[in-house]
Amino acid sequence: MARIKTLQELFKRYRRPGDIVFATLFLAFSVFLLTQIPGETVWAKRTKWFAQPRLWPSVAIGGMVLFASLHFIGSLCSKRIPGRWREVGFWLQSFEFVAYFLIYVLLVPQIGYLPATLAFTLFLCVRIGEATPLNLGAAVVFSISVVVIFRAFLQVKVPAGHIYEALPDGIRAFALTYL
Amino acid sequence: MELILSSLSMLAQWDVLAALVIGSVGGVIIGAIPGVGAAVAIAILLPATFSFEPIVGLTLLLGVYGSSMYGGAIPAVLINTPGTAVNALTTYDGYPMTKKGQGHRALSLAYSASFFGGMFSILCLIVLSPVLAMIAPHFGSREIFLAALMGIILVVVAHRGQVFAAGMLACFGIFLSTIGLEPAKYTKRFTFDQSWLTSGVDLIVVVLGLFAISQALLLLVDKEHHPGSAKVEGNLFSGLKELFAFKRVATVSSSFGVLMGMIPGVGEFTAQFLSYTYAQKTSKDPDLFGKGSPEGLIASEAANNAVPGAAMIPLLALGIPGEALTAMMLSVFYVHNVIPGPQLFHGQLDFVIALYLALILLNIIVLIFLLSSTGLLLKIIQIPTRFLGVMIMTLSFVGVFSLRNSVTDCAIAAGFGVFGLVLKRLNLPIVPIILGMVLGGIMEVKLRSAMARVNSPLDFIDRPIAAILFIAIILILVLHVRAVIREHKVRMEREEDSSETSTQQG
Repeated sequence: MARIKTLQELFKRYRRPGDIVFATLFLAFSVFLLTQIPGETVWAKRTKWFAQPRLWPSVAIGGMVLFASLHFIGSLCSKRIPGRWREVGFWLQSFEFVAYFLIYVLLVPQIGYLPATLAFTLFLCVRIGEATPLNLGAAVVFSISVVVIFRAFLQVKVPAGHIYEALPDGIRAFALTYL
Repeated sequence: MELILSSLSMLAQWDVLAALVIGSVGGVIIGAIPGVGAAVAIAILLPATFSFEPIVGLTLLLGVYGSSMYGGAIPAVLINTPGTAVNALTTYDGYPMTKKGQGHRALSLAYSASFFGGMFSILCLIVLSPVLAMIAPHFGSREIFLAALMGIILVVVAHRGQVFAAGMLACFGIFLSTIGLEPAKYTKRFTFDQSWLTSGVDLIVVVLGLFAISQALLLLVDKEHHPGSAKVEGNLFSGLKELFAFKRVATVSSSFGVLMGMIPGVGEFTAQFLSYTYAQKTSKDPDLFGKGSPEGLIASEAANNAVPGAAMIPLLALGIPGEALTAMMLSVFYVHNVIPGPQLFHGQLDFVIALYLALILLNIIVLIFLLSSTGLLLKIIQIPTRFLGVMIMTLSFVGVFSLRNSVTDCAIAAGFGVFGLVLKRLNLPIVPIILGMVLGGIMEVKLRSAMARVNSPLDFIDRPIAAILFIAIILILVLHVRAVIREHKVRMEREEDSSETSTQQG
């Protein structure tokens, strides 16, 4: 009994709310990957062990399963701080902003980098409740600066918007290259 | 002399100088804004630098890396909020000094100590360069494999109290590096027959997700937090003079920074911990530590600023990044087909020296900028945190999308963003994933080429450097187990003591 207690003590650590949810999910993910090793990797014939394609995925997943199990046990043995599901709720809330981000990504090739960026920053300002005239103005300045710095000045690869094709001749070439 | 002249000519181009100024001034501002940090900025800038020449891109990133900690000291000292994670220790003594009305003295000391640490590390590197150029060619495949393995082990054991989490995340990083078509036998690994997984998971996509998007999500979902306002008055130059009174602490702390920076996987926190402990133990006034001790402040700032310079050593000489930021810089080299490693130190020493000279210039520019515009910076740091989230999110898009215009990349990065948010909320480390990804790839390639010439297991460590690295790995593991057992014993004794007390009271 005393030995079990000592072992328990050895695994004790600081545990934040939601820790066990993450520990369980990560362990489940690691075990899932472990079961997939035979199908998703190849053991090549007439090849030494160190050159096998399966070697490193197995080492990595083996380590994941081992450490994730220990991490999970650590979570079980440690003192719980209440607030688990509130914390998980916090994680899930982030998906809302991920959705906005992906809509922005899809909008850029359609309506162009500058209009999409303006729409994205202004919408987010409203969504987070920071839609003061100062912040909205700052969002406009920020969006224009980002587009000018990255697309016009640094020439990073961002496709021109389809909508630019409809612009009058003079502005079209400019918009296609710089905005 | 010829070497230095050729390095100088490399630097004396307008684009390099512009990168230097923008990088260092930008780095200070980014560092000073709590919630951004060098990792976020470097992750966002990384793809943009791919179109530059290597020296320009690296100078820009080095500028941000080397100067962010200077900026991070400002909110740490004045409003008790570290600008970057490595300034956390600075709040211990910096903020109490501000409360005593010595804000300008604390800031001025922090700048001076940072400058000292930065310059000290670069001078060490310049002195060490010939030695490195001599040793580096002796690093063959097996030595690099062992050094990478040591890096992984160190990054895991350096996360005291979170070793299991760091271990599983480092292994996850190694796993990520194996996804896709492997280059030796051309077989698919963990692609689940999905075409978008065949080319593997891009390091930059993961980095942007884990560092930048996760931070943006965290700021957007969390409650609004307005950083407090602060003002500083007085002469900021006085610290340079005062630092001389504490030159012993500054030198030792910078040395710890250099040593810890050179060892892959260790980094700023260990350096700060060692130098702070040293400063406290040898101080005439140890009780003042944590209550506004100038020595504590110097120990923290000199140690963290000595790390970036030193962290370039394993990166340049061996191609092994010691932490997340140098891991990101490694990709700049790869994109330009400059393979850092022994050959770089041997054949392109002028490039290496040019980088060091850039680092010296950077420290000078930053010091001048800080001494003249701290007041302005104090206004910038008051950006509402949720608005900052919007900005980071918008910039993350350029970072990911400009790589190869892929919507899938953006979705993967967003996925890693949520993962990073969970890790940050749970206080679990992110760096092991990145190091696992980079070092895992290195280990796979190097083990394959090393084993071709190895007949028995002992052959692997029969060269002097390989043997030293192997012994170091064993020592690290043994010392770690010993430290865990000792800590456990202390904790048990303390608990027994407290339970006795409680019975007495009960």
